[in-house]
Amino acid sequence: QVSAALKEGHVSPTELCQQCLSLIKSTKFINAYITVAEETALKQAEASEERYRRGQPLGVLDGIPIAVKDNFNTAGIETTCASNMLRGYISPYNATVVQKLLDQGAVLLGKTNLDEFAMGSGSTDGVFGPVRNPWSYSRQYKEKTVPKFHSEDKDSNWVITGGSSGGSAAAVSSFTCFAALGSDTGGSTRNPAAHCGVVGLKPTYGLISRHGLIPLVNSMDVPGILTRCVDDTAVVLGSLAGHDPKDSTTIQDSFKPFELPNLTDVSKLSIGIPKEYHAPGLSSEILHLWSKAADLFEKAGAKVVEVSLPHTPYSIVCYHVLCAAEVASNMARFDGLEYGHCSDMNKSTESMYAATRREGFNDVVRGRILSGNYFLLKQNYEKYFTKAQKVRRLIANDFVKVFRSGVDVLLTPTTLSDAAPYVEFIKEDNRTRSAQDDVLTQAANMAGLPAINVPTTLSERGLPVGLQFIGRSFQEQQLLTVAKWFEKQVQFPVIQLEEVKRHDDGVFQDQKSASFS
Amino acid sequence: LAPWVPVVGLEIHAQISSNSKLFSGSQVQFAAPPNSLVSFFDASLPGTLPVLNKRCVEAAVMTGLALNCSINKKSLFDRKHYFYADLPAGYQITQQRVPIAVNGSLSYSLCIDNKMSQMVTKTVRIKQIQLEQDSGKSLHDDTRSQTLVDLNRAGVGLMEVVMEPDMCCGEEAAAAVRELQLILQTLGSSQAVMAEGQLRVDANVSVHLPGEPYGVRTEVKNINSIRFLAKAVDYEIQRQIEELENGGTILNETRAFDSKLGCTIPMRDKEGKQDYRFMPEPNLPPLILYDAKSLPANMNHQQVINIDWIHERLPDLPSVKREKLVEQYGILPEHSFTLLNEDGLAEFFENVVKKTQMKPKKVIGWILQDLLGYLKQHSLSVKESPVSSFVMADLLNLLENKEISSTAAKQVLAELWKGEGKTPLEIVKEQKLQLLQDQKELEQICQAVIDERENE
Repeated sequence: QVSAALKEGHVSPTELCQQCLSLIKSTKFINAYITVAEETALKQAEASEERYRRGQPLGVLDGIPIAVKDNFNTAGIETTCASNMLRGYISPYNATVVQKLLDQGAVLLGKTNLDEFAMGSGSTDGVFGPVRNPWSYSRQYKEKTVPKFHSEDKDSNWVITGGSSGGSAAAVSSFTCFAALGSDTGGSTRNPAAHCGVVGLKPTYGLISRHGLIPLVNSMDVPGILTRCVDDTAVVLGSLAGHDPKDSTTIQDSFKPFELPNLTDVSKLSIGIPKEYHAPGLSSEILHLWSKAADLFEKAGAKVVEVSLPHTPYSIVCYHVLCAAEVASNMARFDGLEYGHCSDMNKSTESMYAATRREGFNDVVRGRILSGNYFLLKQNYEKYFTKAQKVRRLIANDFVKVFRSGVDVLLTPTTLSDAAPYVEFIKEDNRTRSAQDDVLTQAANMAGLPAINVPTTLSERGLPVGLQFIGRSFQEQQLLTVAKWFEKQVQFPVIQLEEVKRHDDGVFQDQKSASFS
Repeated sequence: LAPWVPVVGLEIHAQISSNSKLFSGSQVQFAAPPNSLVSFFDASLPGTLPVLNKRCVEAAVMTGLALNCSINKKSLFDRKHYFYADLPAGYQITQQRVPIAVNGSLSYSLCIDNKMSQMVTKTVRIKQIQLEQDSGKSLHDDTRSQTLVDLNRAGVGLMEVVMEPDMCCGEEAAAAVRELQLILQTLGSSQAVMAEGQLRVDANVSVHLPGEPYGVRTEVKNINSIRFLAKAVDYEIQRQIEELENGGTILNETRAFDSKLGCTIPMRDKEGKQDYRFMPEPNLPPLILYDAKSLPANMNHQQVINIDWIHERLPDLPSVKREKLVEQYGILPEHSFTLLNEDGLAEFFENVVKKTQMKPKKVIGWILQDLLGYLKQHSLSVKESPVSSFVMADLLNLLENKEISSTAAKQVLAELWKGEGKTPLEIVKEQKLQLLQDQKELEQICQAVIDERENE
């Protein structure tokens, strides 16, 4: 809708940009942004305005403010991965996905906050501090939540965004941008999307280029898309998907951007409900919601069947082995010689390397490197790495079997519960939390399948809860069509944030969810 | 004396002759300004990904075919991890699990007892050929306690050729490497010049007594020429024998060859045994090669490699060229070896043969002894010869037509060597070297000499 507004001249790109920039400033306490690229954003907005004036916009995304997770390379703008290792690092090149968005005229507002090197499920473990869920400050949450002590700073009740793309999810959720890029390795786009009440897509592995995305697990990472509605996700997907010669793991087949049909008849659809996703720790609230959603489809005429993905319980352990191994390998390049933090210790090359890495990485990163190296030792390789690869194959095959049996799309919860308060979340360490929170999302990464979180309703505490759809490989069109239908049925409420209201000059009209398509 | 059996295997790294590196687009060039040929990927900037260079794969396939290997239609890439200043990513991309070519062989020839006339052919098995990245270069500046790193070489494509321990001495190792060098140069897959680091050889040496299992082996590095290879291997064999005869043991270690002292010395300890923590390279799918049978119909020709197509276009290998020379010109096998051993000499020879009536069997002597002798004496390559093949042919024609004697011819050649641009005929006339054909004239001269003698 805002795109149409831009086209018709109701609002100009520079106005839009400035609105977002000032909203970012007034919502600074959310800590969603690590770097705000004010100057370049305004320049981009001006260029876009010129194009609209000439009646030659580059496309739907021209002039649309976007944000990018700080593990994507952006030329000339700091890329830190929320780590001391890359503090101050200015990359000389743009990630392919960033370049594609810029080529479409999008306005890059800034880089968003995350868990250090995307390791975590809370966006709490980066060197720039944790990201706060905008819903913590919503009327909906405040109404439902009684602070424990009245004398307490009302600030201490805030809840996490989930992670690791928490900054991006918070940015979209708080209206400071219209779309954001995240990354998804074990659920890092879908998890914060669920907690922040936004749409989060994990595309099929190989559909979108990873060139320029600083890797966590090369064989599972994908760039993720966060927006306020499914239609917007489809638009962004259309501009990003396709073969990239710079990334040898992207598919060769040409990708055709699609427009999402407005599905009305779901009778030909078969929805699978995997019973193993009734995971330990799943809140009764979400269990109930999941069930209601299944009923919704059934009542509308779809075929809803219970299915089994028997190897689901093994996927977390398998993921931890493979993730740690790849992390140990990917982090080997951070030695301070070519770029990034370099220690003053210079007695010898080895001691310089060791000091640099100890100073540059946080506990979580170092922990994964150590365990990863352990798994890759010659005497352990077969036992851990090869075994995990085999289990991964079994997990992927579970999905193949289910989809072959006629199921079109799977419906599962995205998270075990709504967002936890920060003070509760940090009681357990990162590894424990990740193991708990990734359960419902990371099997899709193991199998390379597309999956999407659709915000569904508000919990009893007034916080967003979403549900996940998992689709067939490269069938994003079908997946998004179903997601769109569901989104229409549930009519998830708009966040009521004071700051947003103040800035709303009619730009963020009273729409069900402000979108740009 | 105990009949020790020496066993020698070789690991040879040949730099692939290509415009750009194995996984990135930066240029491959010798002796460029430091760090001027480094792409983002070579510098291991985070987020960069490897993209396989087709020409490098073709070079490896050509080499594999020339060495009678089976080409693996599916091969894989792996990461080999270790920390070193000239390895920016902290790992090297190589092919540890399934290399591109396996199970080949290389035939080479040796002279028995240093006599060129007795040559024997030997074979060494090629275990495998794998594609891998070269590292950068570190230069240690001890005075300033610093190490300078040049990444120009980081990421250049290498073919590692592993030769099984089928050799028994320095001479064999040297001959095998020489033959490999000629093959690579003929194929064009590597320029294989050792002095420029395009061909690096590490030797694995051990000794054992007949009937007993192989002994502990040592690895010898830092060998900078084929001559030094022979020396290093022979020295190491001797050292091991002496050590064992004196009741000592051989350590499984890496030793460096010191060319000045002519011996091997233990290399500074690299933290004992390294565990390289091999892991599949997740950013590169398996490398799939096709042949005429398996090539899918609608494949983009530019995107695939057809092994049969490459096989059909292989040039004549040195062994074939030698056979042809022997057959065509009736020269001896050892002659053909020398012809191919000198860059450009075979061509020179063939050009002379074309332009002269002298039989090739006679021409060869002039080429191998006289011409080559002069070149060696003045450290010149065939290309730099002041005597061209045309001029040589002219000279030999004069000899063949009996216009001059062979002694005179040698004199003319010496004069030609000065490179003053005179033709053989001019020199002959100048120095009055013409043979007298007239019988009567000869008789007169002889009579005059005899008369003079009688008078003394």
